Amino acid sequence: MRRGILAAALGLGLSAVLAGPAMTEQSQWGPYQVGDVRSGYTYAAGETRDMQDDDFVNPAMLWVDSGAELWETVDGAAGKSCASCHGDAAESMAEAGTKFPVYFEPSGKMMNLEQRINFCRTENMKADAFKWEGQELLRLTTFVRNQSRGKPMNVKIDGPAAPFYAKGKEFYETRRGQLDMACSSCHVDNAGNMLRANLLSQGMSNGFPTYRLKWQGVGSLHRRFRGCNKQVRAQPYDYGSEEYVNLELYLADRARSLPVEAPAVRN
Amino acid sequence: MAWRLHSSLRVVLSAAIFAALPLAVAAEELVAYKITNKTSIENSLTGKPGDPVNGRKVAINRKQGNCLACHALPVPEQPFHGEVGPDLSAAGSTLSEGAIRLRIVNPKAVNPDTFMPAFYRNDGFTRVAKKFQGKTILSAEQVEDVVAYLMTLKGN
Ligand code: HEC
Ligand code: HEC
Ligand code: HEC
Repeated sequence: MRRGILAAALGLGLSAVLAGPAMTEQSQWGPYQVGDVRSGYTYAAGETRDMQDDDFVNPAMLWVDSGAELWETVDGAAGKSCASCHGDAAESMAEAGTKFPVYFEPSGKMMNLEQRINFCRTENMKADAFKWEGQELLRLTTFVRNQSRGKPMNVKIDGPAAPFYAKGKEFYETRRGQLDMACSSCHVDNAGNMLRANLLSQGMSNGFPTYRLKWQGVGSLHRRFRGCNKQVRAQPYDYGSEEYVNLELYLADRARSLPVEAPAVRN
Repeated sequence: MAWRLHSSLRVVLSAAIFAALPLAVAAEELVAYKITNKTSIENSLTGKPGDPVNGRKVAINRKQGNCLACHALPVPEQPFHGEVGPDLSAAGSTLSEGAIRLRIVNPKAVNPDTFMPAFYRNDGFTRVAKKFQGKTILSAEQVEDVVAYLMTLKGN
């Protein structure tokens, strides 16, 4: 709150004087900051950032490596692997991590990356869908999204996606739970403030699936949504629910132009 | 001046319906209170003064007041005091008892956009987790204990 007032005061009176230093501060974060939009990376502790920066130290690279094996593994009645149709993921999946959720004509709804992977399993491989938040789906999602690492987030929110985007935005701004807080209460109004021991970030989605030290493993964005719902004592939604996929769309737009970081490391 | 009775008719009705079933837990009935000048609740919710020693504990407890999430308090044994709300270490000399009580009971009556949760309210929320439905964060006694504790804080 005090920082807010300070920022407002600076903005009013001293913006001209401070234009120089402010610019320097922005470039400090390189690609992890675009205008006012900052990745969770810029709020993370130094040791956490170091873990993410070095693939030999980043514990989530285990998920990427085992995901690469799954990519090649034949499964299901059609006798195919992902690679049978998509070949080299570095080429065929180079953009996939930047553009989900996408509007999916046959269902008339938005589809996120996990749902696309499971759709390919059930429809194209004639194999069973992987369980939400199960290790196989996490591995494959982390592997696929990692192919877009460094590319800017670039989701489509116009055309048929527009009404779903509007729903996601409404979700984001609705107060819920016994603590009566919206996503925006923490990640917009109080980004940069300490909530007890937690430094609140802008709640960006460009690093998911993410390795959380607290989880001691990789988790999906929907797991994070459930945690953020529960901490305000609100009833969470199911993994893969329409509500969360629409919310994911809104978040992907908030993170527009930030680089895909998957797999990020966070506290 | 306005009278507020936060236990909704629905709550009262369901309590009446379940009264016949000995094992059913009746939804919590809130004590009625009166807001003066949109800024304060003059009377103790329990009719008696609270216990400041217990109030300090409730204020610190993460499952109860958790005031330290957002405020600094003179509680040196706890690290990481929040910075979202104002420092409360002189609350007892800068604010009246009634103003502190309303802030804790329902701060939205003072500032509808506030980030601070209402500690003594049990309706008007969206999608509350089952475990907390129909419940307040603090009981009337706990609210009074925290009020009494803050009244002891007079700054340095
Ligand atoms: C009470 C405050 C609070 C609310 C309300 C809240 N969050 Fe969070 N959220 C946190 C904290 C604390 C973290 C971990 C630190 C950080 O990144 O801010 C976090 C982290 C996140 C992250 C991970 C960011 C990263 O870089 O890995 C996302 C995404 C997120 N929240 C989304 C949401 C969404 C969507 C909502 C609404 C459903 C929401 N949050 C509501 C407190 C909150
Ligand atoms: C029988 C062929 C086939 C198999 C096997 C298959 N897919 Fe697909 N996949 C497709 C087709 C067809 C599309 C749609 C392409 C389009 O829309 O341009 C697609 C699209 C995708 C997309 C979206 C790509 C984008 O950029 O929009 C992803 C991600 C994907 N598949 C992942 C997988 C994964 C992971 C597996 C293994 C579990 C898999 N697929 C197995 C045929 C297959
Ligand atoms: C989630 C954050 C949050 C929590 C938790 C919280 N507060 Fe607050 N509180 C605030 C904010 C922000 C304000 C600033 C006023 C406003 O928003 O209207 C405030 C204002 C106050 C004020 C008025 C201070 C003044 O100088 O006018 C009092 C008194 C107060 N809080 C007491 C408490 C007590 C006691 C607790 C614990 C039972 C508590 N708060 C928990 C965020 C919080």
